[in-house]
Amino acid sequence: MISRRDFLIAGTALAGLFAGQPGALAQAARGQTLSQGDLLKFGASGTVTLLHITDIHAQLVPIYFREPSVNLGVGEARGVPPHLTDQAFLDVFKVPVGGRDAYAMTSLDFQNLAKTYGRMGGMDRMATLIKAIRAERGDDKVLLLDGGDGLQGSWTSLKTKGEDMVKVFSALKTDAMVGHWEFTYGADRVAEIKDKAPFAFLAQNVRSVEWQEPVFEARKTFEKGGAKVAVIGQAFPRTPISNPRWMIPDWEFGIREDEMQKQVDAARADGADVVVLLSHNGFDVDRKMASRVKGIDVVFTAHTHDAMPAVVQVGQTLLVASGSHGKFLSRLDLDVKDRKVAGFRFQLIPVFSDVIAPDPEMAKLVADIRAPYAKDIDRVLGQAGSLLYRRGNFNGTLDDMICDAMMAERDAEIALSPGFRWGASLLPGDPITFEQVANATAITYPACYRMTMTGKQLKDVLEDVADNIFHPDPYFQGGGDMVRVGGVGYSIDVGKEIGSRISDMVFLKTGKALEADRSYTVAGWASVNQNVEGPPIWEIVERYVTAKKTIDIKPNASVKVSGA
Amino acid sequence: MTFKAFAPTRRQALQLAAGAFAAALAPNLALATEAQVADELKKLFGGKSMAEGKVKLDLPEIAENGLVVPLNLEVDSPMTDADYVKAVHVFADGNPLPQVVTYHFTPASGRASASTRMRLAQTQNVIAVAEMSDGKLYSAKAQVKVTIGGCGG
Repeated sequence: MISRRDFLIAGTALAGLFAGQPGALAQAARGQTLSQGDLLKFGASGTVTLLHITDIHAQLVPIYFREPSVNLGVGEARGVPPHLTDQAFLDVFKVPVGGRDAYAMTSLDFQNLAKTYGRMGGMDRMATLIKAIRAERGDDKVLLLDGGDGLQGSWTSLKTKGEDMVKVFSALKTDAMVGHWEFTYGADRVAEIKDKAPFAFLAQNVRSVEWQEPVFEARKTFEKGGAKVAVIGQAFPRTPISNPRWMIPDWEFGIREDEMQKQVDAARADGADVVVLLSHNGFDVDRKMASRVKGIDVVFTAHTHDAMPAVVQVGQTLLVASGSHGKFLSRLDLDVKDRKVAGFRFQLIPVFSDVIAPDPEMAKLVADIRAPYAKDIDRVLGQAGSLLYRRGNFNGTLDDMICDAMMAERDAEIALSPGFRWGASLLPGDPITFEQVANATAITYPACYRMTMTGKQLKDVLEDVADNIFHPDPYFQGGGDMVRVGGVGYSIDVGKEIGSRISDMVFLKTGKALEADRSYTVAGWASVNQNVEGPPIWEIVERYVTAKKTIDIKPNASVKVSGA
Repeated sequence: MTFKAFAPTRRQALQLAAGAFAAALAPNLALATEAQVADELKKLFGGKSMAEGKVKLDLPEIAENGLVVPLNLEVDSPMTDADYVKAVHVFADGNPLPQVVTYHFTPASGRASASTRMRLAQTQNVIAVAEMSDGKLYSAKAQVKVTIGGCGG
């Protein structure tokens, strides 16, 4: 039997038969072949090679991940990258329809292209690419940076408190990382990682509450290719708001723009030729920061999971967006002349798992990490009847499944599920294993609560969360996608102000307007409050999928969007 | 397994529902308005005009804990006998009482800077007015958002 890998390398026109859509057929007709060598092709090398991975969410093995079809920008970010999806994205970046990049970077024809191009990521494949680039350039010219959210998002990472990915990042010879979800393992664990890991854990924007002293090293300077490269770290500024503050009670975060400028100035004063910001701000916050903080050469962005095949330039600053879940490796080569950046070349390298030979050492490490948990992660609960995915500003079918599970298993009229951007996708026909459920739910505050709320309270919640996403000033945004709502439909005008974005809330069970004064039973999970009662969400979903056997989610039309 | 249902207050509901941060959300009290702050300023300074500038107000854009929002301020002044900052008044236009604090300075203070923490009931503006030794007034305003949070990622 021909493996998918042979299939891709062969590049036969047969691919079209499987894909069955015009895009894939066109690609197949061109007889396009794809190999590991093709993925690694790069123009002339620079003085120094910067490699960036980010938001891997502890995905050790290859996965499917559908990019969003709805990713709205507001204010100055309206209609500009990364707030472009599907055809608009392809047009702006001149990416051909139906090809490998369209598959990797958009949701267009995802289901079919997934059959042609297969899963992406996997740390053994990532290791192969990174080792090849190190071999080409020499270790002394390569800097490997992780943009955060690497240590969380899977069953093995939850069970090992991120130690699985610390081992992976150590084996990859990562030079520095920053954090966000890492903080949900609690302050003690983060401090332990910071002290023990062979790479730097950087954050200029975390202070002790009482003394306002820096908790982490703000920056580190590396000598690479004869150039001095200063890397400044920025943790997710809204961590204590988006995630449980009680887990890190003695630390304060924030954007701290003035202090960022001081770090850049100090790095230059210390003789840095290149100043890099390794950021977990999110793209729009980084774009604003790059326009206001002077002297940053490169911002490696993260958090918002954007993947873009070209850099965005803000003044003299280059912004790189490297996607998520191990789907991409970014390579940025800088020419450094007279102690300044004189030129650059960039490539977003898609990690097509079927055409990259797994690195044997990393493959063994991954297998060793997973072995003790095989009983759990391999357990098959049911089957995906339709495409299950998470990303999108307002809903995703995977979240619809979680909301359905909460309403059924906790006998609730309404369900609320957080707008997390991480979680792998499943194709129709894929088995739903416990690992797939954990990939969307593995957090340290998983209790599925049940309570009553009035219609008015629900509207207040939606308004507040919407303002965290659609406030026109990115410094006032909190990140994430919109909270997912089961059992209620609503209209949202993203261009309005807090208090007036949400209207026409409908209780779907009756089809009637949600009553402001009536109480409804509501189930939800991921409350940032301490001592929340309820079973972990993965148990709820496991029970539901096991009972249901096949999960078929109809297209969700319960949120009507305007003002975009 | 027991499923407990209870009727929460708005505060509890917000806390639980979106994974919240609601210690800082508004209790059921009458809250001040921008007009009330304007009245307070009128009481202090009559109708005297205020210029922007000189006052640097450092506040988080979004409060991490509305019960203890850090406030740092500094006024640009040589702080000599001839030219110094006499006082800085701080107001919050969405709290039950709009006055937050008044700092008094003398040339011997060296710098007109101060730090404290304050409680903010809801998203609102914080206004600082500096009274200079020559009688001039300077002000600065910043909005602080108080949110229920959750959902980041």
